[in-house]
Amino acid sequence: MTCTLFPDGAVALVTGASRGIGLAAAERFAKAGVRTVLAARTGSSCQSEAERLTADYGVECTGLSCDVRVPGDVVTTLRAVHKQYGRLDILVNNAGILADARLGMIAQSDIDATFQTNILGAIQMLQTASRLLARSPAGAVVNVTSVVGLDGNIGQAVYSASKAAIVGFTRSAARELAPAIRVNAVAPGLIDTAMTAGLPVQARRELEARIPLGRPGAAEDVAAVIAFLASQDARYVTGQVVRVDGGMLV
Amino acid sequence: MTGSTYDELREIFVRVFTLPSSEDAEDAAYRQIPGWDSVGHMRLVQEIEQQFGVLLDPEDVIDMESFVAVCEVLKKYDVHALP
Repeated sequence: MTCTLFPDGAVALVTGASRGIGLAAAERFAKAGVRTVLAARTGSSCQSEAERLTADYGVECTGLSCDVRVPGDVVTTLRAVHKQYGRLDILVNNAGILADARLGMIAQSDIDATFQTNILGAIQMLQTASRLLARSPAGAVVNVTSVVGLDGNIGQAVYSASKAAIVGFTRSAARELAPAIRVNAVAPGLIDTAMTAGLPVQARRELEARIPLGRPGAAEDVAAVIAFLASQDARYVTGQVVRVDGGMLV
Repeated sequence: MTGSTYDELREIFVRVFTLPSSEDAEDAAYRQIPGWDSVGHMRLVQEIEQQFGVLLDPEDVIDMESFVAVCEVLKKYDVHALP
């Protein structure tokens, strides 16, 4: 099935695609007929998911191993996309890690890993991918930030700082790469994924009580907005950060 | 790089920076000719990548500060431009 919301033969690259929001986004693209490359540190998971998407939706999907903290990995991944498909139309910078700790008790290694993954990896990816994206008739980037990057949260100073950096990066890139490439971001709230599964029960209850829509989000809820921002339905939208949080109150 | 590749590269410079002739390409250097600013540099990189079917490392992109330097960088990608 080919969807007119994306260019004919479009190719998407999703990082952090082995599970959660990244996998849901990849599935959404595959369902829309977009050839999709799933990339994550666990390349074997990406490969098996890519095989499943190829079988389920009849589009050529590929799984690659890529640690966005390693610049060489990013270049190798994009080179593989270039070699296999010869084009790139959509980039979703989703790879991210979360390491909660209160100020005064944050390990330097956690600070480094969080920034390397959540923002430096995204910058490196877009820096190299931008030339491929610029050749697309509808190049689009969707960065995944977080509501805590906008609002802050106790115990998440480092994570929220890295996600706030994504916001500034998105807005600057949108201006710099226009009109060839649109760059937007989604800011998920409390989403049921492996990343949030480790939240203490009490903290989770308190968070859920602040969601007017009455439930935590699903990865598919975020994937739907990612797909919209990447599609031609959002052709006049760039530099925006869209909250996907059920109306979460700070 | 073969002679034809060399000519193709010169033509890219002429096209991107609106140079009067392909001979002018050989002396071109970053920020030394009109149009070769950061935006022009990215256009140049895009044209080179598309023409020769390569994807350049960011570090190599930064090193491409003159026509001669571009020729040197392209050797790493098995694109050999010789006059």
